[in-house]
Amino acid sequence: MNDYRTKDKVINFAFVFPALLIFSIFYLYPFFYSFILSLHRSDGIFTYDFVGLAHFRDIFQDKAWWRSLYNGGYITFWALTFQNILAFSLALGVDRAIKTGKIYRVIFFILPVLSEIIIGLLMRTILLSEPGILNQWLDKIGFGFMIQDWLGKEHVLLTTSLVHCWKGFGWAFIILLAGLQTIPEQLYEAARIDGANYIQRFSKITLPLLMPVVSMVIVLTLLGTMQAFAMILALTRGSGRLTEVPVMIIYNHLRGNQVGLACAEGIILGFILVLISFSMFAFSKWVKEKS
Amino acid sequence: MIIKPKKLIGLILLHTFLISVALSCICPLFWMINASFKTNEEFRNDYGLELAHEFNGDNYKRAIFDGGLGTYFLNSVFYTFITVFFIVIFSSLAAFAFSRLQFPGKNIIFFIFLTAMMIPLPAGFVPVYILLNKLHLANRIGYVMAMTNMGLSLSIYLLKTFFDQLPRDLEDAARIDGCSKLRIWWHVGMPLVAPALAVVIIVNSLTVWNEFVLASLMFTNAKLMPVQVGLMEFYNKNVIDHTLLMASLAIAALPIVTIYIIMQKHIIKGITAGAMVG
Repeated sequence: MNDYRTKDKVINFAFVFPALLIFSIFYLYPFFYSFILSLHRSDGIFTYDFVGLAHFRDIFQDKAWWRSLYNGGYITFWALTFQNILAFSLALGVDRAIKTGKIYRVIFFILPVLSEIIIGLLMRTILLSEPGILNQWLDKIGFGFMIQDWLGKEHVLLTTSLVHCWKGFGWAFIILLAGLQTIPEQLYEAARIDGANYIQRFSKITLPLLMPVVSMVIVLTLLGTMQAFAMILALTRGSGRLTEVPVMIIYNHLRGNQVGLACAEGIILGFILVLISFSMFAFSKWVKEKS
Repeated sequence: MIIKPKKLIGLILLHTFLISVALSCICPLFWMINASFKTNEEFRNDYGLELAHEFNGDNYKRAIFDGGLGTYFLNSVFYTFITVFFIVIFSSLAAFAFSRLQFPGKNIIFFIFLTAMMIPLPAGFVPVYILLNKLHLANRIGYVMAMTNMGLSLSIYLLKTFFDQLPRDLEDAARIDGCSKLRIWWHVGMPLVAPALAVVIIVNSLTVWNEFVLASLMFTNAKLMPVQVGLMEFYNKNVIDHTLLMASLAIAALPIVTIYIIMQKHIIKGITAGAMVG
């Protein structure tokens, strides 16, 4: 039984080969290819002219691009604060205290499972001022003063952010809950016997032990929200530039056959995201070492 | 058991909070189903806020047969089934090798798969789309192959870690009996990792069923569109027919919700594991 004969090595490698082949064609090659494309003005099929870093220069001067980064950042701000705090409080509530936790868990996670298009189109139908389902409903239950043009100019970005949070909180909830349930019950018992109250137990046990999960949820929320696209497309179509997000610009440039430009934008966005997530990880590591 | 009044108030407040959030999740979906059974006249009177008088399946019939939702739906079933099949075969073969077999470059290759999972490629669909066009694969085959790639890394990781935890006794016994590696993978390995395979199958089915961006770029022919792309087309054609639209959304949501309710344990496990990698 000599595992290291050449024939064995070849056979063993054959097990990985199909996966590696698909992966090389559809991940590795496109990854490097997009750097090359970004330096060319190309429609992807016929024309292919070298323009150097011109696309990158154009992007930095493109107001629409900055606006889309602002929009993405705005939605991300709400996702990081509102969505994650909501998810965290729900997870704390469902964690151990109650027996019906399972039912809540099933219900909260139903929205993340549904597709972005379904959620986007459903909320579009409900929120559009014609026929104005939400407004009708608010009127019926006596909240007439809240009636708005939800997808109108003034509110559309905030509405989009809130719909995004509404679709996503269940996901953060599930992960935070899984993190909470890894904390051993005995720690809480011991603290209770020592006379620690709820706030003390939360700040001395729950929070420090959950920190790795929390920072992971923060990073994934950041990455996920900055790349959000399909739900926003279905909900608002971009509303002019008002809810246009970076990936929407990239998508539209690709459809408009500005392939090189789309690649350059993708690289810039990817670079920003990698930078943010790495500095987040470095920061949480630093915090951990300090304490 | 006696509950202290202070604790009781706390519990009531907690449940009020949880129930109101839960209602915010369910009500729009319930409204969608309810509206889908209404006629447009009925809808115009109550905006779908009152219970439907009868289960009127007309909207479903119109969406499926006249609106093309039936075709979109079957396309999605096809793409999902084929893609998940390839993911299961390719990723389990690779995971088996990464866990059990020796070959040069093993650790580096596994590391590359892992890194791919962590580096965000926000516009990964751009070069993939260009590449498929160049290879004349902007069709069903190309789409299935690209989607297979999207599920590979996470699936390999899940299955490999599961293989690592399993004892090797059974495989050793099979090898001593003269079983080839391929047969060990299929007859011994696959049954042993069945729980992890369930997670892989379900999580990937959800991803493929819900995928929109690449499909919307690749399929301009309505006959090939999966349901997510079809829904956008369908919406644009029937903007004012709200009850019909709700029926179409319900059709697209139905398989997902059904599978979710039956398999929610596996789904939650997969999502959590996927997040923990990062």
